[in-house]
Amino acid sequence: MFARMKPLVKEALNQTLIFGKFLCLLHITDKYICSPIIVHGPSMLPTMNLTGDVILAEHISSRFGKLSVGDVVLVSSPENPRKTVTKRILGLEGDKVAFLVDPSFGSGNYRTIVVPKGHVWIQGDNIYASKDSRHFGPVPYGLIHGKVFCRLWPPDGFGWLDQ
Amino acid sequence: MKRLNFLWNVSKNFFTCGIIGLTISDRYISIVPIRGGSMSPTFNPHWSTSVKTYSGDRVLVEKLCLDKYKFSLGDVVVFCSPSNHKEKCVKRITALPGDWVSSPYSYDAVKIPDGHCWVEGDNSASSLDSKSIGPVPLGLIKGRATHIIWPPQRIGKVEQTIPRGRIDF
Repeated sequence: MFARMKPLVKEALNQTLIFGKFLCLLHITDKYICSPIIVHGPSMLPTMNLTGDVILAEHISSRFGKLSVGDVVLVSSPENPRKTVTKRILGLEGDKVAFLVDPSFGSGNYRTIVVPKGHVWIQGDNIYASKDSRHFGPVPYGLIHGKVFCRLWPPDGFGWLDQ
Repeated sequence: MKRLNFLWNVSKNFFTCGIIGLTISDRYISIVPIRGGSMSPTFNPHWSTSVKTYSGDRVLVEKLCLDKYKFSLGDVVVFCSPSNHKEKCVKRITALPGDWVSSPYSYDAVKIPDGHCWVEGDNSASSLDSKSIGPVPLGLIKGRATHIIWPPQRIGKVEQTIPRGRIDF
């Protein structure tokens, strides 16, 4: 009985190991190279639609500090660490950023700020419906996960995202 | 040919071990060396800048707490420094979102905003912490230190102590 079971157990162990390796490889790809993400909400409106675009984000350039102004990035929200938001970088450390405090009140109340060391200034493309650096200030670079570079869905919007 | 085959096998095993190890250290548990005396006497009690040969403590850092970001007062956490994302800091959480903290330099209380926490080193004399950089976003936290595993005579759990004279609101 035991002798008959032995190859079966061995086979099962082998299969589990292969499956485990596959999961590990998946995790590494997802965390270090690139991953697909669904984005919702109105805050990036002209660039991304209201209802569930699927985008592709890469995690290499954010890890090596190669981000530049105009990139669309994934940031874990400073107010709720379990939420990830998509915003556009408008200023790196040391840059001077001018922004409208409240766009619904017309264009008078501009404020200027210098982004502190190790931080970035992020803002949504739709300034009327976006919670971003205008509310919580510049965010630390360490909160950035990746850079969005390609849109997969909907099919008619397929293509590279421009800066 | 045999030699090539052997090399191929070795590199394959190496790669497999690499990805498995990296996954475990990313998702579950990893080991972090501690440098500097900002957390003494919990870590590195005999740290001094003049003695270069003294290697720091090694601690076990668990990452499962990152699923929910549920931390409690007194947890020792590893986080990316807000001013330099390549640098990791180890400090103790002394206040959570919604708490009030009295700042020792200005005589007013600070309310911790949502999704932030207040971190302080155990050695308040030489520690760069929330007293100078303000509340730290929880998203920067990379794990929670649970055990000291090296040097052997100091193996043990990391205690959750709440410093005195902090929370009195």
